[in-house]
Formats: sequence, structure tokens, C-alpha cells
Amino acid sequence: MTELLVLAVLGAAAVCTGVLVFVVDSMARATFSLLASFLATGVALLLMDLAYLGLLTILMMTIEMAIMAVFMIMLMMNPAGLMPMTMVHNTRGSVVVGVVAFVVLTVGVWTVDWPDRPGPRPADATAQVGEAIMGDYMLVMIVVGVVLLATMVAGIALATHRGRYDRFGPDLDRDPDDPVRGGLPR
Amino acid sequence: MTELTLQVVLTVAAALVGTGLFGALSQQSIVMVMMGLELVVNGVILAAGAAWAYLTPQLPGAQVLVLVATVVMAVEMAMGFSVALAIYRARQVDTVDAAEDLAG
Amino acid sequence: MPETVWTSPWAGPVVVAVALLLGLVLAVMDALARRAPAGGRRADVLVAPVRDGARMLLERRGTTIAPDRLLSTVAVLAVPVLALMSAAVLPFGGRSVVSTSADLVWFNAAEALLWAAVWLLGWGPNAVHPLVGAYRFLAQGLAYELPLMFAIITVGVGAGSLRATDVVAAQAGGAWFLWTMPAAFVVFLIGAAAFAFWGPFGAPAGTDVAGGVLAETSGVDRLLVQVGRATFLGVAAATAAAWFLGGEDGPGLPGPVWYALKTLAVMALLVGMGRRWPVVRPERFADVAWVVLLPATVVQSAVVAVLVLGGFYR
Repeated sequence: MTELLVLAVLGAAAVCTGVLVFVVDSMARATFSLLASFLATGVALLLMDLAYLGLLTILMMTIEMAIMAVFMIMLMMNPAGLMPMTMVHNTRGSVVVGVVAFVVLTVGVWTVDWPDRPGPRPADATAQVGEAIMGDYMLVMIVVGVVLLATMVAGIALATHRGRYDRFGPDLDRDPDDPVRGGLPR
Repeated sequence: MTELTLQVVLTVAAALVGTGLFGALSQQSIVMVMMGLELVVNGVILAAGAAWAYLTPQLPGAQVLVLVATVVMAVEMAMGFSVALAIYRARQVDTVDAAEDLAG
Repeated sequence: MPETVWTSPWAGPVVVAVALLLGLVLAVMDALARRAPAGGRRADVLVAPVRDGARMLLERRGTTIAPDRLLSTVAVLAVPVLALMSAAVLPFGGRSVVSTSADLVWFNAAEALLWAAVWLLGWGPNAVHPLVGAYRFLAQGLAYELPLMFAIITVGVGAGSLRATDVVAAQAGGAWFLWTMPAAFVVFLIGAAAFAFWGPFGAPAGTDVAGGVLAETSGVDRLLVQVGRATFLGVAAATAAAWFLGGEDGPGLPGPVWYALKTLAVMALLVGMGRRWPVVRPERFADVAWVVLLPATVVQSAVVAVLVLGGFYR
């Protein structure tokens, strides 16, 4: 009963802060409201004995949202929300899609006959997932690794505007011409 | 009681997915669209965690799904930011409406 | 062993007291390591942290034009709270206040939340210098975070568990992780100094940007942030003593004495080395972190993994 109540409160917090993301004017507040939503999810996972995944969610989302804040400030007009303005399109259609998705999923959740008696939770959920991705689910881990590598390469290729010829000259024999010098003698 | 808890948590996850969809579809700014997508994945993570805890705690499948959802989010962020940077650099575009010619 | 919380009514107060004491000791050692002010006596330096704290407590808070009060308040409270959270997984005598199957990630998450807290600290006052400091902290974070994560996971690999008490148990009988993980130990201390933006990594609060993230924070707010930073660094020193130096392990003396001695030694090392270095600019540190520290920690964890497979830690 306590677990249900606490999870319900955390869930309400996650949804409320999630809605606030699209309500508040300040971009900093929007970003950190989304972070609050993720923190609520992370703590909920912690309460469900998923210590590693809950903490991982908290850890990753915090760093991600801190980076997100930089991009929000960089790419948005009116980052601090001092001058109210709306930047939305097709609000009615979006509301319909959102509500329909919610209703369909919720009807499914409350009508499916869920299996009873899930059995006891393992003593160490972290060991369970660790052994899974290094055993039966190793293919998932391999694919994830390749996807992340591809993301790193593609992300850098898209984001950078300077290649090695800009840095080292047409014959790659110049000292690097960098706007910001690094800390190593290169 | 387990079933009720599962249903409540899944309803919350559905609300997160719905809110995220609304945000992703209604926002004009590229970065705000990404925040909507993140919220959708947040709902997926919560639902997968609940599925593990209240349906199949003996099997690691749902946990692996959470890991994959986390990776999806990381990839979405990395690619989203680099695309946002690239298109802004190319033609000072920071809203999806200004990049409509990229559609189909 | 499932996830547990030490439910004794004493657990909370004890861990808060220990964490604050660690912070105070570190602050005093730090004050000692800096040169005494001209004409000042050594004793003045010793009480400087307490005196400064009392002054901040009594001082009137300054305000700026159109600050984001909500986010400022969150940030100011988050720094000390996160420091105390990181102390919750400190192992004492085979138990910690919070014991999960992922304590190492708990510490890492508490420290990662500082990214948000420090950025908000700089954003809140609506002023230039704090915001510059906040961006510096993020740049520094991008540099220190990955090597620090590899250093932490190396400890987990060696212990075969992410639980803090298991990590200490794995080092019983002098098999301290420092012997096989020197690079991880050094990177952990560098990371600790960097996330507390202290000493050579103090650029986010540097004097060249008029105090950076702390420029517009005064009074009780400043006290909370400074206490949080000192506590974080103190707890990190104790954590290093537990994770790399075996915690209570040692011959002759009682366990807690060994633990305290090791913590003091780590603090002395941290303060002694830290105060000898000039402030490092984040963009320079990023280069060093990604080209030197990151490969070093990857190799370190690979070496430890091979040792684990060879049965070295059994």
C-alpha cells in the first residue's frame, strides 16, 4: 500500500513537471522541469528495486539536461522567458494526438488481464541485468555499442565545421590553427 | 495489490507518453521537439521498469529494455543536437517550420 | 543481499555529522595549506573557515535585478544536500546508511547532479559573471566526468560488485585497490577536486571572473554552497580511503582509527598537491582529460579486468 501511494505521488510529480515543460516561459525552467520529471522516474525505479537503472537514469539525464540547457539558451529566442511569447503550431491537432495516445494506452492498461503472482524479485537486480547483457542478451549490447559508435562519428561529422585541413593546412604540415588552444603541446 | 500498482504506474507512463507526443508535435523549436521526444522515452522507461517489477522480476528482459531506451535517448540527443547545430550553421534555422523543405 | 536502508533513528544524524565533520576538517587543512595572510598568525588561519562561516551566516543577502529565485533556491539547497547524499553510501564497519546493489553509481549520480546544481547557481542571479562560471563548470564537467566514471567502474570491476561494503570487504588483508589501480585513484582525486571546483579546478569560481558562479551568492546562500563544496570534497576523500585504501583494513590499530588516518592522509595528499598547482583553464583541462586521462583509465580498467579473470582478487 505504501509502495503504491509513494509511486502514485512520484508519478503525479513526473507528469506535472512533464506538463510544465511546455507551459513555463523560461527555457532554463523548462529544461530543469524535464529533469525533475526524469528524477521522479529514476526514484520510482529505485523504489521498484531497480537500483542500477534508477541511478543510471538520474545520472544520465542530469548530464543530458545540463547540456540541453546550453543548447536551449543558445538556439532559442527569449531564453529567460522575460518576454512571454508562444512558439507552437497545430496545438489542437497535437492535443488530440496526445489525448488519444493516452486514452488508448490507459484503456489497454486497465482492461488487459495482467498475470498474477509475478514471483519474488531477485536479490541483486544489478547482477541480473549485468549477467543478461554479458550472456543471453549480448547481441543487444553489441548492437548498442555499434549504434553508439556510429552516433559519435555522425554527431561529430555534423556538428563540427572544421576538418583537419582547416587545422593543419592543405598539406597537413602546418601547426594547428585553433581558435582555442588545448592543454597539450600539439 | 501488485496488479493495481502496475496499472497505476502504467497509467502514469501513458500520461508521460501523451504529454511528450503533444509537446513533440506542437512545439516549433527543434530543441523543444527533442524535449517532447525525451518525455515519451521517459514514459517507456517507467513502463519497462514497472513491467520488470510487477510482471517478470525473474527475467532480465524488461531491464534490458530500460537500458535500450536509455541508449535511444542518448542517441536522440546526440544526433538531435548535431542536426540542430548543422542546420543552424547552414541557414540560421532554429525551428522545424523553417525547415519544412526537408520533409519527404 | 537486497537493497537496504539502515533504519536506526541514529543513522541519519550520524551520517550528517560525519559528513559535515569531514568537510570542516578539509576546510581547515585547506586553510592551513594556503599561505597565512600578511601579518596574520597561524592560529588565525586555523579558525578561518569557522570565522568565515559565521560571517556569512550573519551577513545580509545581496540581490540582483530579476533573479530566478526558484532556481537559485533549488541550486543553493542542492549543493549541500547532494554532498550529504554522497555520504549515505560511505561504508562504516560493514554497513552504510543506504546500501544498494549500485552504491558506486549512487555516488556518481550525486556528483553528476552537481552539473545541474552549479549551472543553476550561475543562471539564477541573472548576472554575467555567474553565468560565465556556470558554463565553465559544464566545460570542466565534460572533461572530468568520463575519466571519473571509468575510475569508479574500475573499482567495481575489481570488487566484482557495485556495493560499497563489498568493495571494502574485497580489500581485506592489505589487498588494497591502490596497489593495482593507481591511475584510477589519481583520476578519482582529480575528479573530486574538479566536481567541487576546488584548487586547480576552481576556474568556475575563479577570481578572473569576479568569483564566477559564486559572484552574486552571499549570506546564508553562500554559506550553504561553501559548506556543500567542502563536505563533498571531504566525503570524496573518505570515499577514496574506503574504495582504494581498504577503509578499516589494517594491522594493529582498531578499524575506525585506520579509516580516519587514511582519510586524513588522502585529504593531506589532495590539499598538498592541489594547492601547489595554478588554476587550470577548463579548455586546457579538457584536452588533457580526453587525450591522457581517458585512455589511461580505459587501460587501467582493462588491466584490472584481466587481473580479475586471472583470479588475482580472490
